[in-house]
Amino acid sequence: MSDLKRTPLHSAHVALGGKMVPFGGWDMPVSYATGILTEHRAVRNAAGVFDISHMGQFFVRNAGAKAWLNSVFSNQLDKIGPGQSQYGFLLNERGGVIDDLIIYQFGDEQFLVVVNAAKIDEDLAWLQQHLAPGVKLENLSDECAALALQGPKAEAIYRDFFGAGAEPPARLGVQVLERNGSSFYVARTGYTGEDGFEFFFPAGSAESVLRELLEVGKPHGLIPAGLGARDSLRLEVCYPLNGSDLSPERTPLEAALSIFCALDKEFIGVEALRAQKAAGVKERQAALKMTEKGPPPRSHYPVFQGDTQVGELTSGGLSPCLECGIGLAYLPVELTKPGTALSIDIRGKRYAAVVEKKPLYKKA
Amino acid sequence: MNVPDNLRYAKSHEWLAADGKVGITDHAQGELSDVVFVDLPKIGRKLKAGETAAVVESVKAASDIYAPASGEVVAVNDQLGENSGLVNTDPYGDGWMFQLKLDEPAEENGLVDAAGYRAQIG
Repeated sequence: MSDLKRTPLHSAHVALGGKMVPFGGWDMPVSYATGILTEHRAVRNAAGVFDISHMGQFFVRNAGAKAWLNSVFSNQLDKIGPGQSQYGFLLNERGGVIDDLIIYQFGDEQFLVVVNAAKIDEDLAWLQQHLAPGVKLENLSDECAALALQGPKAEAIYRDFFGAGAEPPARLGVQVLERNGSSFYVARTGYTGEDGFEFFFPAGSAESVLRELLEVGKPHGLIPAGLGARDSLRLEVCYPLNGSDLSPERTPLEAALSIFCALDKEFIGVEALRAQKAAGVKERQAALKMTEKGPPPRSHYPVFQGDTQVGELTSGGLSPCLECGIGLAYLPVELTKPGTALSIDIRGKRYAAVVEKKPLYKKA
Repeated sequence: MNVPDNLRYAKSHEWLAADGKVGITDHAQGELSDVVFVDLPKIGRKLKAGETAAVVESVKAASDIYAPASGEVVAVNDQLGENSGLVNTDPYGDGWMFQLKLDEPAEENGLVDAAGYRAQIG
């Protein structure tokens, strides 16, 4: 276990009663004393704060930065400007997903790229291998702490935390704020389906920032939340988890995420995507909901239509808000229509499930 | 940590009462956190000591529950079907899982008393 990496908030998690588990090479809190269900509901009804310092932060700058990023990124960066962000993919030449990421633009040629924890080294090597002359790519993952403040009370907490007059960025927007002499990169993004913010700031102030945030947020119902709640929250809104729902063997077209791929521009993997689109996608990811009470579905559980196995879950779990089992699976396209009756095999017993429209959870 | 003196305990964190009832310890429920489903054995099933008898599912993981002694399942706690959270809130009471009619002579899975179990979980 000693080879697990620790974020600057590791001892804070332990002090808060965090149950530490390995995740993507990091020792992270799966939950705190309150438990996953309470943390999940806090984020849906009030607010929760997650340590996301394990994620990777790359800074990209200098003339040509935008054009270069656009040549390795699946989405169309020309659609955003300073103060905005965009979600998309790094793809291999076969169109398979290396990583999903958000690119935040600050100046004309200044970007923050936030990538998955387990993919930092691989992404960095891939980007360096394709780097354009003159563009500066810096890995500041170890210098950055990051927190995600998520939930309907996030904006009120943001205002109390940064003080009167600190106007929060618009949805998907990003800005730089000074606080106690440190630069805060503040983005209105997240991975829960709720309103909220992601803060990127110097690792040295991580503990004091978390402490102050929890203090300011307490009257609003803010509690610390772990990776367990992060996973159940994102699954309810069908956000993919790389390594489970996304892989180098699957394209974004198969993952039903083609809206984040600009097939009319040139980038690594686009030719494979165009060819796949022309030939027709054979399997596509769909969301499933269990229609009878049973054990929580989990990744790799087989999915059946009648007596024929038609796929397996790439993610699964109990939805605290829908109070039933939910999951994602790659299925033959003809079975991805909402309403299709299927079943999930759990320890040799099949439980009824139905294909549902994404997202599975929608705010009332 | 609550470890009642009137029970005996398996290393794998099940308790066994004098009447043959079986459940998991306060320590175990705390480690699992929110229990969301319990797969119970069928009444009439004959279990050997150490055999998988039930499965407890928390939000994050499925955990096997082993028979602390050999015997026949004579009752299961149907309340857990509607309210599996009883395993968390009352692990030694309403959160019991199944009841065994123990074999004669008793065959046990290395059970210890409360003091022994307290020493194990430190």
